[in-house]
Amino acid sequence: MATSEIRSPLPGVFYRSPSPEEPNYKEVGDAVKAGDVIGLVEVMKTYTEVKAESDGTITSFAVENEDAIMPGQVLAKMET
Amino acid sequence: MGISKLLIANRGEIAVRIIRAAREMGIRTVQVYSAADANSLAVEMADEAVEIGPPPAAKSYLNIDAVLTAAKQTGADAVHPGYGFLAENADFADAVEGVGMAFVGPSGDMIRSMGDKASARKAAQLANVPTVPGSDGIIDDLDAANVLAAEIGFPVMIKATAGGGGRGIRVAENAEEFARLAPQAAAEAKSAFGDGGLYLEKLIAKARHIEVQILGDGTHFVHCFERECSLQRRRQKVWEEGPSIALSEVVREKLCSSAVELAASVKYRGAGTVEYLYDDESGDFYFIEMNTRIQVEHPVTEAITGIDLVTEMIAIAGGAPLSIAQSDIELRGHAIEVRINAEDPANNFMPFPGIVSDFRTPGGPGVRFDHILYDGYPIPPFYDSLVGKLIVHGHTREAAIARLARAITELKTGSLKTTAPLFAALARDADVQAGHFHTKWLEPWLDENAHTLSDDEGAKR
Repeated sequence: MATSEIRSPLPGVFYRSPSPEEPNYKEVGDAVKAGDVIGLVEVMKTYTEVKAESDGTITSFAVENEDAIMPGQVLAKMET
Repeated sequence: MGISKLLIANRGEIAVRIIRAAREMGIRTVQVYSAADANSLAVEMADEAVEIGPPPAAKSYLNIDAVLTAAKQTGADAVHPGYGFLAENADFADAVEGVGMAFVGPSGDMIRSMGDKASARKAAQLANVPTVPGSDGIIDDLDAANVLAAEIGFPVMIKATAGGGGRGIRVAENAEEFARLAPQAAAEAKSAFGDGGLYLEKLIAKARHIEVQILGDGTHFVHCFERECSLQRRRQKVWEEGPSIALSEVVREKLCSSAVELAASVKYRGAGTVEYLYDDESGDFYFIEMNTRIQVEHPVTEAITGIDLVTEMIAIAGGAPLSIAQSDIELRGHAIEVRINAEDPANNFMPFPGIVSDFRTPGGPGVRFDHILYDGYPIPPFYDSLVGKLIVHGHTREAAIARLARAITELKTGSLKTTAPLFAALARDADVQAGHFHTKWLEPWLDENAHTLSDDEGAKR
């Protein structure tokens, strides 16, 4: 088992769900496949999906929902 | 009474604009800001500044308690909400008045009534303002819907009452399509929102967006003529001008008078905008909505009438009567505003929260540039991409377009990409020059031309 990190490609605000009324894309402990959406980054009212780059299991989120983030910042960690 | 200290519950270029108006009126200013805006021009320019939260707007500019706390701490006696954020939040307007401060805008009840589509439509109809043909209320009975759709005339839009933001809208081109789509729409609305109610509206295919600026003090009401904002991308205006090239004098008078009648019928107080769709082919106009705030494109009106709308709305909030009568307001020349957004027009208008460098501002006769830029300023990624508005004024529309083409070449933002090249190209376009456009004109134009909007295109001409 190796640890990998999912980083934000953009600066902006991080969201864990598609909208406030909907459940989070992923929770800690969830299995993810490469290409699965784990959150959104809002840059100037434009939303970009953040995707897992490999298969694995999410072990933690490094930022909270609606946190401000910078490019390259770690959003989540996974076991692969 | 009058206002002595004004808190600006907004950011960006409109905060700068409001600070300028207040300073000219001898009013002290308090700028609230998020942690991401500590280095903004508005914070630098205001007499006082108070940090109200972290960068995301939900935790700062939209936090009513934080804004009110800052207002109380600094002893402000009025709050200007700008546009966006809390500008059309009726509860915020109530809360401001509740702590004994003046809200620069109409009352919470007015915002509520105009913000609700059905009640705004009803208010317009009571004032004899034409509305888009459609159902007056919710339709639950599909047989009645079929009959009404035929009366309205196709194409007809079917909307879910409980929907919003374009969700659940279907367009029926004819009666057969309507009979098929309406039950689908009702079923979908029922499952998505728990409410299967629908309403119907005529689809006006090639409409212009024309809006009338109004001012009211609760007793007297004037219009400041119209602006046309038909050049839109994803329903966002990018180029606004006034007067509209499409209106005859007779229609202009009818349109502007109808806006004044609506304002008078609801005893409007403040600056407002009545928005219409205008059908070139029939010459008919239809009310769509009323915005109870100052708008991004207000400088177009300021250029062609000489009225300072922001000063006027602050004075009204302070209890002053309107300083102008309708007979004082004359239309002079033609003005165009273009929105300089931090976006890359050659790359599908991707947001571009970059750093301003080698900054040069457009100037000279008939040019106004409202903006938030300075050398070394990093555009925050958290908010709207609007970083500046270039406004040009000329004796004629032709002269204004030539002036725009000239002024846009003077704007330089170094490594920060903006939408400026789009406007250099639009100013050269034959259809734009002839005023042959409608609200669906720009997007197909962009499909063909966006890839040519490189960085230095504006500078070459």
